[in-house]
Amino acid sequence: MSNQTAVSQNTSTTIPEASTGGTMMPLLDVRDLSVSFVQYTGGLQMRFLTVITSLSLTVRPGEILAVVGSSGSGKSLLAHAILGILPNNARISGTMLYVNEDLTPERQMSLRGREIALVPQSVNFLDPLMRVGFQVRSAAHGSEAAKAQRRVFDRYHLADQVKGLFPFQLSGGMARRVLVATATISDARLVIADEPTPGLHPAVVKETLNHLRELADEDRAVMLITHDIEAALTIADRIAVFYAGTTVEIALVADFTDNGEALRHPYSKALWRALAKNEFVATPGAQPSPDALPPGCLFQPNCKIATPECASVRPKERELRGGMVRCIHAA
Amino acid sequence: MPLEARGIGFRYESGQWVLRGVDIKLEPGEIVGLTGPSGLGKTTLARILAGYERPLEGNVELDGNPLPATGYNPVQLVFQHPEKAVNPRWRMCDILTEGWEPNDDLLTSLSIEKGWFSRWPNELSGGELQRFCLARALGPQTRYLIADEITAMLDAITQAQIWHVVLDLVHKRNLGVLVISHDGPLLKRLCNRVTELKSEMG
Repeated sequence: MSNQTAVSQNTSTTIPEASTGGTMMPLLDVRDLSVSFVQYTGGLQMRFLTVITSLSLTVRPGEILAVVGSSGSGKSLLAHAILGILPNNARISGTMLYVNEDLTPERQMSLRGREIALVPQSVNFLDPLMRVGFQVRSAAHGSEAAKAQRRVFDRYHLADQVKGLFPFQLSGGMARRVLVATATISDARLVIADEPTPGLHPAVVKETLNHLRELADEDRAVMLITHDIEAALTIADRIAVFYAGTTVEIALVADFTDNGEALRHPYSKALWRALAKNEFVATPGAQPSPDALPPGCLFQPNCKIATPECASVRPKERELRGGMVRCIHAA
Repeated sequence: MPLEARGIGFRYESGQWVLRGVDIKLEPGEIVGLTGPSGLGKTTLARILAGYERPLEGNVELDGNPLPATGYNPVQLVFQHPEKAVNPRWRMCDILTEGWEPNDDLLTSLSIEKGWFSRWPNELSGGELQRFCLARALGPQTRYLIADEITAMLDAITQAQIWHVVLDLVHKRNLGVLVISHDGPLLKRLCNRVTELKSEMG
């Protein structure tokens, strides 16, 4: 009874590739992914919560794709869908290709932790009762584990005695380095970092982000999931803007400048203008609830430039100025 | 009528001193920023100011009196992690009305939807929960708000929304606010002055 058998094998539908037109083959290619949860609300009454709606994105080797968006927009669920660790009541449709082959549940199981690694959000993901060195080593698979662990500790400036410590004995910055070390010890080709920097001191943020940049420069593909646009802009190559479980825009880093005129979607513009260093303006309204998504554009209820058409038809993604946008008014 | 902490010293059990000789003062209507590296006791100071911890040295006074030990605390603390600040076994409407009954204007300005009232905390996102935590803390008797990294995990639009509500109350009610944050541009935007907490190893 695997929930993920619903991942369709259908690759014949042609969806315009939402990318900047690079010729390099993407390592990860997600097309038209939707994720919903089934909930029983009483008796046999079911309700469906659609948390990710027809999402497409690609990550290529050597680049950092930042996925930015509000909390509760389904960013972490995207990471969990790629790794195949969604809970059992999840229903998935669409295609996920890794090196041009379908990511089946079996393949996800054999790839995660080896070729696809996660840098988790919180230090709480470390086992509190296990010494750090042992935890890092357990991700290495193989007889050379101890040697590999010494190598990554060296690389991330963790002293040798750190391996004997428990997670609670580490400082915040050290714990971050341990998490990155765990993700990279097995030479993963795709690294997914889920909110690696919230509430950290700027120096630690910078250090964590630099580690991710180094990984990309070694020709790995990095997906950085964050709500912090400013942090993402310092290291990413492309930015996917997430709203209510879908990518409304894929933009280049250079598009985030001045008043945001170069951005394509009204939500991305609003997000950029809301930054404290920009205009600090708040757009009223909240994200639509996953059990009551509007039939048309997901941003339409809060959008200033919405027209009646926006409320009825969900905009398709289209290429625009070297990026992607999902808005009929974007030009 | 200030909130004033003088000569605060604090340590957990017999460990190292976390705070030693810290003075901080907040006037009504004033927004003060507090910044400094992780692990220097910013959150501990916030807890002391709001009466969650008693300082081992020094004292906290509101209008020259100790903080009230019973009833509604005029110094309200909002935490960084809203999911840890709500009772997971209470519905959102009960959490919201724990201290007072927020009016519709406040709920609208925080974009809190009525549909969320019957939900459990684990059914809302961090940003949605934080709006409830803030509304809960902004009762009419609240005179000082201690905001401990309250928007660190929120996107820019939600951050701006939340801070505009707080700024509005600062003007309308002469609320005093202590903003603990690592976000330089945010502190610059919000605060009248910024204090940096320095290492105080006793």
